Amino acid sequence: MQTQTILEQTVSQVRRDILRMVHKVNSGHPGGSLGCTEFLVSLYNEVMDLKEGFDMNGENEDVFFLSNGHISPVFYSVLAHKGYFPVKELSTFRLINSRLQGHPTTHEGLPGIRIASGSLGQGLSVALGAAQAKKLNNDSHLVYTLLGDGELQEGQNWEAIMYAAGKKVDNLIATIDLNEKQIDGPTDVVMPMGDISAKFLAFGWYVLIVKDGNNLSQIIATLKKAKSMTGKGKPICILLKTEMGNGVDFMMNTHAWHGKAPNDEQLEIALAQNPETLGDY
Amino acid sequence: MIEYINQGSQDTRSGFGAGLTELGRTNPNVVALCADLIGSLKMDQFIKENPNRFFQIGIAEANMIGIAAGLTIGGKIPFTGTFANFSTGRVYDQIRQSIAYSDKNVKICASHAGVTLGEDGATHQILEDIGLMKMLPGMTVINTCDYNQTKAATIAIADFEGPVYLRFGRPKVANFTPVDQTFEVGKGLLLQEGADVTIVATGHMVWEALGAAKILKEQGISAEVINIHTIKPLDDAIILKSVAKTGCIVTAEEHNFMGGLGESVARVLSLNHPTPQEFVATQDTFGESGTPAQLMDKYGLNKEAIVAAIQKVVKRKK
Repeated sequence: MQTQTILEQTVSQVRRDILRMVHKVNSGHPGGSLGCTEFLVSLYNEVMDLKEGFDMNGENEDVFFLSNGHISPVFYSVLAHKGYFPVKELSTFRLINSRLQGHPTTHEGLPGIRIASGSLGQGLSVALGAAQAKKLNNDSHLVYTLLGDGELQEGQNWEAIMYAAGKKVDNLIATIDLNEKQIDGPTDVVMPMGDISAKFLAFGWYVLIVKDGNNLSQIIATLKKAKSMTGKGKPICILLKTEMGNGVDFMMNTHAWHGKAPNDEQLEIALAQNPETLGDY
Repeated sequence: MIEYINQGSQDTRSGFGAGLTELGRTNPNVVALCADLIGSLKMDQFIKENPNRFFQIGIAEANMIGIAAGLTIGGKIPFTGTFANFSTGRVYDQIRQSIAYSDKNVKICASHAGVTLGEDGATHQILEDIGLMKMLPGMTVINTCDYNQTKAATIAIADFEGPVYLRFGRPKVANFTPVDQTFEVGKGLLLQEGADVTIVATGHMVWEALGAAKILKEQGISAEVINIHTIKPLDDAIILKSVAKTGCIVTAEEHNFMGGLGESVARVLSLNHPTPQEFVATQDTFGESGTPAQLMDKYGLNKEAIVAAIQKVVKRKK
């Protein structure tokens, strides 16, 4: 399992990047970023069919939209290690005059980003548009998007969920980061959302569930299965059961690290749990 | 100068429909989206000719804006169509983040703007949309005055890179600009030369401005009439050149005086050439039910209101 080893190394390095980025500026969202590290590392390195370089239109390649833009640290790190921009640029995260804004944006021309996100609930609609553009262009590549579970409280998602099934947008794979936590606490306390799987099924989607959304082989197997289900008249949803703060013991099993940076001492402990593999920025 | 005559009243939204139909035939990248108002937006012919390039979104304007943004990724030029209220205020954050901040080449085409949609009342009218849209960095804002201009603008914005808000209306109004006009985004049009006062008008108020100029002529006041179809970016030069000659100005728009054309003009004047100005616009109010003519009269949006404003402003000249 040589590939797996490289992926694991990337996961460890991405976690370090996330922790160091948010620590440096004492702001940002480490919890959700750590929870989605395995997913984004897998998606970009094992699943998506990508061209060399970056162009906005993304023709003849798969494209991805991050809807829950606050997990920008993991997105930036994965993009940098994939070669979209220099890894050392991660050091500019959230600083003045940086292309790495607090939330992702196209506005500063950062390669790899195709839409601004941060104000929640908009990414799925954008993904639908891009998926339909691909169909018009006879481009058989796929559109991926990632949403937070708390984000599903935004009504626009349900407009998009209804549309995707109703209009048979079957070149779209939408993953929900089901960590069951949001800023104010557990989703079940803040706004109970009931059975999300049943809701997607009722709207007419295929639903796949990853029981351990931080397990690389489960993630990759499910994404590959999802790919095999495209083109069959239904959009595909993956419910990814992740652990917020995964990989740092004191950040797990709590929503406390949703939007809080570690202090110097906490950073040292956290980094000790995630060895440097590909080189720190 | 040309004497402007009504070639036969038509609605500006039909000008949009005609422009869109032409784009369907000439530009394969143009796609259209609608939120359950095909008939109102006059999109039927485009849809008939290009069924695969039309997206019926249903009553879900937020989703429509997001889908439009996504369609640009892949090289499409999306034209969204719904009422002005549902095109702007209802989906402001979607436009702000997914279109304006994301620099997406979406054309937000908005019918039934102002009070002249009439009987439906204030829930379906909007007098704030120009302000909302011009505040967005990078957004171009256009308010056309008649059928011919709306058709020309619709065609022109397909070749204009960047997000555009195109505002037009519901009622049949005078169609008086040339059939074969070239529409240049950001370029004001001098419709009539005059010496005593400048009238700068947009949208349905342009025909009213020409009517006011006629009345004033009989009173011995010579009015210069400028059609500003593009509120942002504003054609500062044509306005400054005119007021240098006339020394006073009246702005006229079917919109709240706050946030509209008048305020944009006032800024240009205060920075460059302080000039007495009167505002023909609604006075920080919602609309209500009524016929378009009744509403224009009640809210002071007609040639009589422009004449009154001019009589006031010429007295303020130093």
